[in-house]
This record gives sequence, C-alpha cells and structure tokens, in this order.
Amino acid sequence: MLAYVIQRVVQSFIVLLIVGLVAFSMFKFVGDPIDNMLGQERTDADIERLRGVLGLDQPFPVQYYKFLTNAAKGNLGVSYRQGRPVAEIIAQRAPATLELAAVSGFLAMVFGIGLGVFTAIRRDGWAANTIMTVSLIGVSLPTFLIGILLIYLFSVELGWLPSFGRGETVMIGGWSTGFLTASGLKALILPSITLGLYQMTLIMRLVRSEMLEVLRADYIRFARARGLRERSVNFRHALKNTMVPVITVTGLQLGSIIAFAIITETVFQWPGIGLLFINAIQFVDIPVMAAYLMIISVMFVGINLLVDLLYVAIDPRLRTDRAGAH
Amino acid sequence: MNALARALNSDIGYSFRKTPVAMVSAVVVTILILSAVLAPLVAPYNPFDPATLNLMNGFSKPMEPNAFTGDVFWLGTDDQGRDVFSTILYGMRVSLFVGFAAVLFALTLGVTLGLLAGYIGGWTETLIMRAADVQLTFPSILVAMLIFGIAKGFTPVDMRDQMAIWVLIIAIGLSDWVQFARVVRGATLVEKNKEYVQAARLIGRRPGAIMIRHILPNVLSPVLVIATISLALAIIAEATLSFLGVGAPPTQPSLGTLIRIGQGFLFSGEWWILLFPAVTLLALALSVNLLGDWLRDALNPKLR
Repeated sequence: MLAYVIQRVVQSFIVLLIVGLVAFSMFKFVGDPIDNMLGQERTDADIERLRGVLGLDQPFPVQYYKFLTNAAKGNLGVSYRQGRPVAEIIAQRAPATLELAAVSGFLAMVFGIGLGVFTAIRRDGWAANTIMTVSLIGVSLPTFLIGILLIYLFSVELGWLPSFGRGETVMIGGWSTGFLTASGLKALILPSITLGLYQMTLIMRLVRSEMLEVLRADYIRFARARGLRERSVNFRHALKNTMVPVITVTGLQLGSIIAFAIITETVFQWPGIGLLFINAIQFVDIPVMAAYLMIISVMFVGINLLVDLLYVAIDPRLRTDRAGAH
Repeated sequence: MNALARALNSDIGYSFRKTPVAMVSAVVVTILILSAVLAPLVAPYNPFDPATLNLMNGFSKPMEPNAFTGDVFWLGTDDQGRDVFSTILYGMRVSLFVGFAAVLFALTLGVTLGLLAGYIGGWTETLIMRAADVQLTFPSILVAMLIFGIAKGFTPVDMRDQMAIWVLIIAIGLSDWVQFARVVRGATLVEKNKEYVQAARLIGRRPGAIMIRHILPNVLSPVLVIATISLALAIIAEATLSFLGVGAPPTQPSLGTLIRIGQGFLFSGEWWILLFPAVTLLALALSVNLLGDWLRDALNPKLR
C-alpha cells in the first residue's frame, strides 16, 4: 500500500518535471526574450547586461532549476502583451473559470446521476428512451455549436438570458464572485450548461450501465425478497455500489472541464483563464502560455493522483491486487 | 466490376448491406467528399476571386432574389456578397484536407512507435509508452492548442498565414498518435510470439523487415477502425481550433472559420451565414463517426 502511494507520487512528480521542462523550453527556444524586452535602439552592452540580469549566460540545468524555483514561488514571468506579471493576471482571472467549472461539475453530477438512475430503473419506458437518444445527439455535437445554439434560443429569440460576460460581480477579498448578484447568476446559466452537458451525458451513461449491472445482482433480489421498499433498494443498495467507478470518472473529468472551459469561455466571452490562454496563443504570448500549461498540469496531475489514491482507499480489494501486481 | 462484386460478397460487404445506417452514412460521406474535391467544378462561384464578388449582393437571403441585383443564391450570401454554398464547398476542402492529413500523420507516427515498442521492448518500449501516458493525462484538444501556439512562435510573422494549415495538421496529428501506438503495441505483443514471426526470424529476416512485411499487415484492422473515428475527431478538432481563432486563417477558411464568422451575424438576423456551415460540419462529423462505429462492429469477430 505504502509502496504504491510512494510510486504514484514519484510518477506524478516526474510528469510535472517534464511539463516544467516543456514550459521552460518554450521560453528558451521560442522567440528571443532579449528581442521581446529591448526595443529597436539597443547596444551590445545593453544586450550583455540584460543577459546577465536574466541569467541567460548560465548553463541550461542552472537556468532550468532557477525557472522551477521561481515558478514554485509563484513568479511566472511577465506577459509580453500586457506587460504585467503573469501570476497577477491569472489570479485575477481564475475565479471566473473556477466558478464556471464548479457549477458545471455540480450540474453534471446531479443531473448525470439522477438521469442515469432514472433511465436504468425505467429502462424500457418512453421517457428513458427519449433521454438516451437525445444524449447521443448531445455527445456528437461539438461544444461550441451547443453554446451557439443555446445563445440563439435563449438570448436572441427569447431574450431571457445574457449571451456574454459574467454580469455584475462582487469582490470578496481578491476573489470576484458572480454568485451574489442576480445578473451574475443569470450569466452563469448558459455557459455552465454548455460546459457541463458533455460530462453530464458521460456520467449518465456510466451510472446507467453500472446500475443495470448491479440491479441484476443477487443481493438486490434478496433485498426485494426481504420486502424493502423500491426506493430503498434502488438508492441505498444499488446506487451505493455503482459509486466507485462514477467517482473515478467524475474526478478525471474535472480536469477536462477546466480544459474545455477554453471553448465555452470563447463562445460566451467569459473572462476566465481559458480565454486568456486562447488570446495568448493568438498573440504568441509565451509567458502566459507557459504559466497556463504549468497551472493546468499541476491540477491534472494532482486530480489524477488523488483519484488513484481515493480509489485504493474506497475499494479495499484493490489494495491487495495492486500490491501483488507491483 | 468483378472486384466490386467480390467486395460486396465478402463478410464486410454483407454486414454493410445489412446495416442501413452504414449505407446512408457512406452515401453522405461520399457526396460531401466528392463535392469538396470537385469544388472548383461544382461551386457556382469562386468565393476567393474578388472579380466575381459584388458587394451589392451582400446579405442575400437563401432562395430569394437579391433586392438590388436580382441574383438568386441557394444558401444566401455573407456580408461581402460571397455565395455561402460556394464558401462551404471550399471550406469543406480545407476541413477534409486537414482531417485526412492529420490522421495520416498520427497513424504513421503511432503505428511506427507502436511497432517499435511492441517488437523491441526494453527501454524503447518504456520510453514510448511513458510518453504516451503523459500525453494521455491531457485532453487532446489542449495538446493541439499548445502545439499550435508553440509552432506559431517558430514560424516567421509574415509566413504565419501560409503555414497555418500545416501547423494545424502537425498539431492535431501529434495530439492523436497515442491511440494508434497503444493498439498497435498491444497487437504486436500478441503477433510477435506466433509461429510465422518465429519462422521469419529463423530464416534470418532483419527486424525491420519482420515488423513491416510480417507483423504490420496483421495488426492493420484495428488501425483502420481507429483511423475512421480519428478522422471524425480530427475534423471536429480542426473546426474547434478554427472557431477559436487559432486554426485556419481567414484567407483559407475552413468550416470552423465560417462558423466563427457566422456567429458574428447571429444577433443581426442573418442566420444562414452560420446555420449552413454548422449543419455541413455536423453531417460530415456524424456520418464519419457512424461509419467508424459500424466498421468497429463489423471487424470485431466476437460480435458476429
């Protein structure tokens, strides 16, 4: 058990080191930082001095080490385009993305599990069949088309909801939240549905197939034979045992929600870090790209690690299996 | 004719004739690909030839004569008077070209690395499969965006628009090789212990020849299935990147670029500039996807 945990932690650490190397190489080889920072009128002495200040005259491993320690301290460089520290820009933009991702994840969980259980219990009913068919279309539609479709329906035709931005936000100690104003909450509805829809169908299909499997098990028949109520059988006995794979997949999907937020944020002009990243690519703003890469990697690798460890903690059978395999 | 008759009588052909969804999808894909390839012949206008454009034709509604010139456009025109039907045909060319090229690139890279990993083993295998694992940690659309951004940094500023299509192909291709490598490695591990491979080794064929001439033909059927599904994914990925403005340049618009342009007219009521490219993209991606699903089932002997 302990060996497995240590092994997974070391693996995650190596992945992060590699990602750090990629991010660092972007700085080192894409464009010349001296060109980016000094204007047209520069002398050789200026260039030499700046090379010394930036540490560019030192060997590669030393520069890489400095880059990593700086990044760990939160010093992520200065945006070429905005001329402000990247860490500051990201800290200002992060609440928008995190709130959007949290609401989407929540919607996906609640509706995904609810509809999954429903379609499993009423597997041949017309409502369940309709939901399954609609979900197939939902999976095939690209995210950005879903967003445009929702904007067309609810903003252009019906005029109920705003089509872009976050609405009014309230600052609570450096964190700008849209949860506390009516317009902020209204602005959240369409983007969070767009972002959560794919994950919702995924969770729904998973819960449904797991439930169908479990409902066939002997202990469910015994529970029915004992005269337990249908609701108790479905939720306390069946659903509980489908939760391990559901938690795993949901956990792993958290990372994709943050990645796919890039698309949703562009469609809805949502001022989060995804939109920041897309603009950085368009203008080849290397420090912002590198910082986004590192932050998102820490999140992904962290989530993966946590899910793996949780998995072992939840399901005791895996402990002996894993120990035997390694 | 003989070859066609034989193809229709084979197992795959039989399954094809018995699956209406596959037949409809095949027809849709064929029509779309043909009209894209033959765009210069099929399209009523050349949307990129300024000489044929008339600004007075701007914002013509579909199937209605234009208020000023009286010209009729099947699917209407955009703000500059470009025929939407023609831009879709030309846009589909870009989308399909990027899709096919990216899959071909991913396939070549993935199959090569998969064969090497499976056949040679040892640290080669460890290195390749660890790299695949690391890449799988990240969604492929994110990887493609990142590669696009880095490659853009390497290309000189005045070359960026011309190179964008090639950068896009490399970015999508590199983000998608892992699936091929994993499947080919798995199949190679099974094949390399079979007698025919041992026989080839005994008569002294070199490893390269064994991998390409003997193992490769026997691991191709799952590769074909993944390639089809990858094509649908690559078309969607290309459309997404272009929609986000980090893909095909405005001078060579793909379906995604057209949707991006069309979104700008959503609020002013010119729905046709957005709707028709979006429907085309959906039809293309969905029918390729359904073909891939059918192919997977048809090539899987366990399901028969």
